[in-house]
Amino acid sequence: MSVIVLAEHTQGVFKKKVFEAVQYASAIAQSTGTTVSVLALGTIADAEMQALGQCGAQKVLHVADARLDNLNTRAYTKALVTAAQKEGAKIIIALHDVTGKAVAPRVAANLKAGIVAGAISYPDLTNGFLVKKTVFAGKAYAYINISSDIKVITYMANTFPVKKGEGSASVEKLEVAFDDKDFAMQVKEVNKVTGAVPLSEAELVVSGGRGMKGPENWGVLEDLAKTLGAALACSRPVADSHWRPHHEHVGQTGGTIRPNLYIAVGISGAIQHLAGVNGSKTIVVINKDPEAPFFKAADYGVLGDAMEVVPRLTEAVKKFKEAHQ
Amino acid sequence: MKILVCISPVPDTTTKVAFSDNNTHFNTQGVSFIINPYDEWYALVRALELKEAGIATAVHLVTVGKADAEPVIRKALALGGEEAIRIDTDSSDPYMIAAQIAQYATSQTYDLVLCGKESIDYNNGIVGGMLAEMLDMNYIAFASSLDVANGIATVKREIEGGEETDTCPLPLVVSCQKGMSEARIPNMRGIMAARTKPLKVVPAAAISSLSNIVSYDMPPAKTGVKMIAPENMDELVNLLHTEAKVI
Repeated sequence: MSVIVLAEHTQGVFKKKVFEAVQYASAIAQSTGTTVSVLALGTIADAEMQALGQCGAQKVLHVADARLDNLNTRAYTKALVTAAQKEGAKIIIALHDVTGKAVAPRVAANLKAGIVAGAISYPDLTNGFLVKKTVFAGKAYAYINISSDIKVITYMANTFPVKKGEGSASVEKLEVAFDDKDFAMQVKEVNKVTGAVPLSEAELVVSGGRGMKGPENWGVLEDLAKTLGAALACSRPVADSHWRPHHEHVGQTGGTIRPNLYIAVGISGAIQHLAGVNGSKTIVVINKDPEAPFFKAADYGVLGDAMEVVPRLTEAVKKFKEAHQ
Repeated sequence: MKILVCISPVPDTTTKVAFSDNNTHFNTQGVSFIINPYDEWYALVRALELKEAGIATAVHLVTVGKADAEPVIRKALALGGEEAIRIDTDSSDPYMIAAQIAQYATSQTYDLVLCGKESIDYNNGIVGGMLAEMLDMNYIAFASSLDVANGIATVKREIEGGEETDTCPLPLVVSCQKGMSEARIPNMRGIMAARTKPLKVVPAAAISSLSNIVSYDMPPAKTGVKMIAPENMDELVNLLHTEAKVI
């Protein structure tokens, strides 16, 4: 019996969120008196895998098949099911991101396991297996009990801070009996936005709404985001008017984000928008309308014109950064 | 080529969420239900476009729910599709829902199963992937475009920090999101036609739930906004550093 984690890498590198997921799994293993194994797929160096020991992994199972360098739900499912069965794993953890969300449901169906998608708590084992997640795009929380023997959890990154310690995981090769059908899906083209911070992982986010008046005014937000090292987001009317690309849209029908800092500029704060961002740790609202409902959901508010306030804030951040270098 | 579109009724996006019976049930009083936007705007509309282009021969809709789900499925039929199937049970467990749909779908032969990337109530996005496993189909999640030619689907999907184009032979399950198609509004002819389209009610298969919602609660309310003078952005930065500790 053990806990197993699917650790996805980005061109051979584990991001912070993977260490976080391993640490989460390791804490669950400790409370259930078992150990953590990690599954790594595709081309990745041993040293990178061993480093997961810093977050409590004892063992990494590595399927060294380059066909797994791109996500393929059928092949990934077979690999994770094989690993889980080999380890006798009763708890399977993946990240709640584009990879984990695509693979975990297949694995759960295969193993007849109940699943919680987007966990933001450790399982409470006092009376069953109770896991907390956000529902209604962040308007509420639900506590879900899994009653099956095997349990699957996708873990929401940025829930528990990572504390790396000492430790090195052992790496073992794992053979998986793939057949041609598992690779019927083929990747033809990959387009990555380079340089920018992906919105779903950003710790700091600068977001603009209709109050920005037009796409030509986005320069001040871009300057602020660049100075802070933040990602850019926007409200739905902005994406629908094609001022900004759709992947920047956050809200109930766009992306749901939980950054440490969310700076909303010229966004009134409709209930659908709040739903997508109210998991943010700190919210700053800049708006010239004192009646904007967003002020009620904010930690800090600035009443003023975006085109004057934002450049001033950028300057203040620059000054702060120079003083704190 | 036959397409099955999964439809989930969800509370309207403007709903003020509240709970009853000591926070154990979602309070549906005064709540109006709509078609889950991802199911409607992207999965259903793209299925209809594929039919209009002569690529699909039939579009069927399926929902798992009790009789109160029927107005929503009729609304979906007003946009298009030949028939709808309602599997007569109610559950919040994604495994149970997927297994019910899989049970029905194996009695038919669908080449393509489309669903939204998630429903806006429970934000799970689980049913599509489970269906694919249960039906032994390929599965592509978070698709923003889908075309089919000669039994091969070409799908654009979201990956970390970008986009990927995949090809995959049918049968296939695709979860759909923004970019797939433009939202449509049903016209009067569609609404009239939907009234007489077949809506089959299928009894639920004996499948046990593997999870259940025990209770709900609300996020803690913000303690109140601290207003900062627009001239004093140094103070804001200082507070973000010393008080909020986020920079």
